[in-house]
Amino acid sequence: MTASTHDQSKGWFNQRFPAAKLWREHASEYYAPKNFNFWYYFGSLALLVLVNQILTGIFLTMHYNPSAGHAFDSVAFIMRDVPWGWLVRYMHSTGASLFFVVVYLHMFRGLLYGSYKSPRELIWIFGVVIFLCLMAEAFMGYVLPWGNMSYWAANVIISLFGAIPWVGNTLETWIKGSFAVSDPTLNRFFALHVVAVPLLLVGLVVAHVMALHEVGSNNPDGVEIKDHKDEQGIPLDGIPFHPYYTVKDMVGVMAFLVIFALIVFFMPTFFGHFLEGPNFTPANPVQTPPHIEPAWYFTPFYAILRAIPNKLAGVIALACSVLIFFFLPWLDRSPVKSIRYKSWPFKVALVIFTVSFLALGWLGTEPPTPFYRNLGRVFAVLYFGFFILMPLYSRWGKTKPVPERVTK
Amino acid sequence: MKPYARVFIWLLAGALVLPGAALAQEGEGLAYHYSPKFADSAALQRGARDFMNYCSGCHTLKYMRYSRLSGDLHIPDKLVQRDLDFTGAKLLAPMDNAMPKASATEWFGKAPPDLSLIARYRGPSWVYSYLLTYYVDPSSSTGVNNTTFPGTAMPFPLWRLQGWQTPVYGKHADGERYVKSLTLQQRGSMSPQQYRRFVGDIVTFLAYVSEPNHNQRVSLGVKVVIYLVVFLILAYFLKREFWKDVH
Repeated sequence: MTASTHDQSKGWFNQRFPAAKLWREHASEYYAPKNFNFWYYFGSLALLVLVNQILTGIFLTMHYNPSAGHAFDSVAFIMRDVPWGWLVRYMHSTGASLFFVVVYLHMFRGLLYGSYKSPRELIWIFGVVIFLCLMAEAFMGYVLPWGNMSYWAANVIISLFGAIPWVGNTLETWIKGSFAVSDPTLNRFFALHVVAVPLLLVGLVVAHVMALHEVGSNNPDGVEIKDHKDEQGIPLDGIPFHPYYTVKDMVGVMAFLVIFALIVFFMPTFFGHFLEGPNFTPANPVQTPPHIEPAWYFTPFYAILRAIPNKLAGVIALACSVLIFFFLPWLDRSPVKSIRYKSWPFKVALVIFTVSFLALGWLGTEPPTPFYRNLGRVFAVLYFGFFILMPLYSRWGKTKPVPERVTK
Repeated sequence: MKPYARVFIWLLAGALVLPGAALAQEGEGLAYHYSPKFADSAALQRGARDFMNYCSGCHTLKYMRYSRLSGDLHIPDKLVQRDLDFTGAKLLAPMDNAMPKASATEWFGKAPPDLSLIARYRGPSWVYSYLLTYYVDPSSSTGVNNTTFPGTAMPFPLWRLQGWQTPVYGKHADGERYVKSLTLQQRGSMSPQQYRRFVGDIVTFLAYVSEPNHNQRVSLGVKVVIYLVVFLILAYFLKREFWKDVH
């Protein structure tokens, strides 16, 4: 088939723009393993939530006023006087929390099936960068309503940068745009939240998916489906993403939307976890809330920060607890990818890590009593142990034989 | 796939139920639990009337408009203007009052807060408990104190209704004195039951004010969830049909 005959079969549009080609490469002729299970829903769900955040965010931006004097009032205005404003705002606030639920489960899938291992290191690295951007995006979005918790959380988080030696104070003032968290801070957070970080996020998501489609998807067996192809070069265990996974993901999307709607319509504050009580009163620099705690999705990292008495050391530990994910592809020395065939020490380590992460998340919401702080130290050590000791324990014990082809 | 999915669904159900259960256990000592009666128009109307008569002299509802009272609470515009709008403000105006903020700060030490969002900021049970737990305390500048909000700057204007309560003290293990319970020393014009209903109505009204779209949200939610569940079932069968030839 020569290029010229092929071109004539395309329409006017496709001769000028590779729409059909892109569709084939990324959907109708992108072959995904046929054995994806429950854990494989969360990638497409993360994309869905991103779209939800962008669309609802556009409408919120039309009515929100990013100034310290009017931000809180404008949110009340959105909730009361803007037609359907309350729904758009609840969709945005619920979406923010569910973004983290979905992304944490998506990352956990990667840990389960070794999706970060060669040749998928870059997909994983792009993913961790997306996670970092998401944390920044969520933090700045949390500040925008300018409630009292917004204000004090901004103070606490920005002060972490002040702990850096030499440049700390200058950096802190530079981030705030002033000597206190105030109008300039809110203005720049608005700019970053609605323009800069979303642009980065969308770009990174494209890179994440492009890298994925270049090497092909992993699967619960951790075998490479491209190793066994038919005469036309199609993986024997692969099925076209469209229509098979588009219809399957639609089931996941609908199930997700049911949960999403249950929260948006029946428990939008989610018992004070998605929208906190202290944030229903305006920012007040002279009145500190009784407990300043970050939004629930930051509490595991917050607990690590608090476990260490020295502020600088705590900030370093906090940074390391997130950045250490970058090194995962090279820390895991196991010859197999999937948890199904990994040796027992790895399985035990993953269970300990999961329990530690959840426990740290819970401890981050509790007042720091001496007992809880010690408990936090134990779980922080276990958290880091999972990564630092991985080169050792991932090679211990006997792995199970990996099948040639995917199993049912 | 099945066992994973099942475990996940149980965990999810737990995550949805547990935080609520934990909250329900918190009521201790003099803290009462109160669920606002959003569906009870009569309670909402009584609450609006009582709030305007007893509270609005000092407290504003600046994010509310008078016009919403007629729409949401089924009170005719004319009655709103005659019986609830004491400042003579236009129907579309916010529910402000005539108290100058600077003088209020001088009088009370702290200007009475706007109560538009109090039921979301503190919670309905907190507001309910607050209005039930005033007691006589000669050591305070207002002559009263409150177990829900110790050292509160607000005097107790509802004393004519509830009467005066006096504290019964207990002692902590470390010897520190605390208010164990309150006894009604001098009855007001209402019986304790009447007064609780009166406070309940005000809390219901304030809970409505803190989220005027509450009822619309819930009724729309039922329809949306039913629609999505139907769509979920259809999507499931569509998927099964498409996947028949995958072995």
